[in-house]
Amino acid sequence: MRDLMIEETAGLKVSGVHITRKGSVLLDVPQLSLNGPGPTLILGPNGAGKSLLLRCLHGLISPDCGRVTQGGVPLNAVHKSQQAMVFQQPVLLRRSVAGNLDFALKRVGLARAERKKKIADLLAEGGLSEKARQSAKYLSGGEAQRLAVLRALALSPKTLFLDEPTSSLDPGATQAIERMILSASSQGVRIVMVTHDIGQARRLASDVVMMQGGYVVEHGAAKQVLDSPASEASRRYLAGRLVT
Amino acid sequence: MILNLIRANVLLFGLSALSVAAEEPFIVVQSTTSTQNSGLFDHILPGFEAETGIDVRVVAVGTGQAIRNAINGDGDVLLVHSKPAEEQFVSDGWGVERFDVMYNDFVLVGPKSDPAAVKGGDDIVAALTAIAETESTFASRGDDSGTHKAELRLWQPIGIDLTDVSGTWYRETGSGMGATLNVASGMNAYTLTDRATWQTFGNRGNLEVLIEGDPRLFNQYGVILVNPEKHPGVRSAAGQRFIEWLTGPDGQSAIGSYTQDGVQLFFPNAN
Amino acid sequence: MQGFSSEFSAALALIFRGDAELWSIVLLSLEVSILAVLISAVIGMPLGAALAVARFPGRRVLIILMNALMGLPPVVVGLLVYLMLSRSGPLGVFELLYTPTAMIIAQVVLVTPIISALTRQVVEILAEEYAEQLRSLGVSRLASVPVLLWDARLALVTALLAGFGRAIAEVGAVIIVGGNINHVTRVMTTTIALETSKGNLALALALGAILIGIAVAVNAMVSTLTLRAEQEGLRHA
Repeated sequence: MRDLMIEETAGLKVSGVHITRKGSVLLDVPQLSLNGPGPTLILGPNGAGKSLLLRCLHGLISPDCGRVTQGGVPLNAVHKSQQAMVFQQPVLLRRSVAGNLDFALKRVGLARAERKKKIADLLAEGGLSEKARQSAKYLSGGEAQRLAVLRALALSPKTLFLDEPTSSLDPGATQAIERMILSASSQGVRIVMVTHDIGQARRLASDVVMMQGGYVVEHGAAKQVLDSPASEASRRYLAGRLVT
Repeated sequence: MILNLIRANVLLFGLSALSVAAEEPFIVVQSTTSTQNSGLFDHILPGFEAETGIDVRVVAVGTGQAIRNAINGDGDVLLVHSKPAEEQFVSDGWGVERFDVMYNDFVLVGPKSDPAAVKGGDDIVAALTAIAETESTFASRGDDSGTHKAELRLWQPIGIDLTDVSGTWYRETGSGMGATLNVASGMNAYTLTDRATWQTFGNRGNLEVLIEGDPRLFNQYGVILVNPEKHPGVRSAAGQRFIEWLTGPDGQSAIGSYTQDGVQLFFPNAN
Repeated sequence: MQGFSSEFSAALALIFRGDAELWSIVLLSLEVSILAVLISAVIGMPLGAALAVARFPGRRVLIILMNALMGLPPVVVGLLVYLMLSRSGPLGVFELLYTPTAMIIAQVVLVTPIISALTRQVVEILAEEYAEQLRSLGVSRLASVPVLLWDARLALVTALLAGFGRAIAEVGAVIIVGGNINHVTRVMTTTIALETSKGNLALALALGAILIGIAVAVNAMVSTLTLRAEQEGLRHA
């Protein structure tokens, strides 16, 4: 395992995290530091523990042992309030497109007038201005995921987690999501994203975490991990992907 | 919008109903189904209400239940028809004093085919004996009502154990007079009923009156003020006024003037 | 039976002629049942939703109990409420027995378990879907209750209608605590019971037809409004 990143005070750090269910190891990460600043992409076959790691980092799951720290202190409510997450299947509230954004903005504690302005800005950014008053239920898959990303960004997070956000989208919709992610990243939002799409990793990642069977097998600069993987597991995964 | 309007209306009505309940003077009379189902109250009460402004709210149940409700204090006046039970009620201290109000009579009704061949006589005990001997179906109220108590008194001299035959030819409905008449009509059974309920009953089917006129079928109604010493909430002034009216000339003549298809149903006999 | 059917149509004619007494009975039925359902909703919906999201020992037992209470026998409820409201009962001083309020109380007891059990079911499914997303947004379990109730609003209309159906059709409890007093506590079902006991079966049946008609009308009205709300989004599209 290679860790080329320089330790940063604001960095996310995983130490000794372990999750076992019914006798089988689902996640075992002795040490992992994610320091950015560019997007981190987590790759690996199904069942590698990618989503589980993401949920640990976001505090949705508490590991059996070990801990997740940010800036050197254990993940706390303040950290969590500075994080947001986009799921594989967008979970939209049963209300209008604008209502979904309003819900998140209320969580942040913005006043009504500010919320209204912010909603308009966000909708314009995601190309959903026309659909502001429409029920979120009737959005297309791509629109729904765009709204989910906008809603996550509405929280003004320092870190944005994304769990295979484009896995069920067509190329056009995927591109739109990727543009939003890169734009957020360029504005200083830390991106940690799980994907199966090696092409997507090449387009977005500044560093790549390779996982298999619950373990981190490799972590390094994107170009290095993707072009000349150090571990056999990474090589096999990348080769398999390239062939199919 | 429309729904909101309806809701607002409903709420308004709700409030008005509740406030009416609080303001207008009223008494609760625990009484029996026979007086209500026969339409007697609808005939006599408007006169009292117009004269006094007191609304009379009648709860019509069996005599047994009416007495129990009155013991609980859930009524101001008791108007029922089972003299022994009424006297017990007063002597136990639950009621102030019992007054005779009116009477009518019970009749034995049964199917026109009359399998026990009881028709024509005026001896109720002989008729019941014949029913028991032929094991003809008999529907009993079985609900501790005034009529049920009267029926049990009539069986007594015959000396059969009714719990023994219950469920065979002797059927206890555990219901009011009307419900029991419906059962009797459906099963072509004999049953004992007060004349007022029978006269106004609309689902006679094959039933007809077979025995009437036996002095033992006399059915006396009495009225009692619930004792305010037991239940301070009793509206004793208004209740007393109702009792005085009912047993006075106006109430008595109102009772006597009530007819159904030209037949007088209750006979005033207050002292 | 020929006599019966002519009697039946005569009874229907009486009803549709707009008999004032009858309509006051219909109105009281609606008033009592709608108020009972609204009160039950205010109690039962947060209760059901809280039970859907909360995790504590004994929760399963509580859910089983609540589901079982959906089948409460009305007569038993009537009796219990009677014992409470009776002058010799603990709440006797309020003089509520034999008033519409007493009938509302009895119906609230009958309807609340239905609304809360159905709410629990609907909200639990939605809560599962929302769980991670809401936690990610920093919404606690307790704070998620109003969010879930609002988002399940269309499905919850069914719970309200089920409660209304129970309330409007119920006779056993309201006849005990209401006393079926003319012009005060006489509602559709107790009138039907009274007319049946008078042997006026055709009139009773005609009143039953009206009751069914009311139930159908209320259901149709509510589901139309629900459908319209559901299509709101499509219209804006």
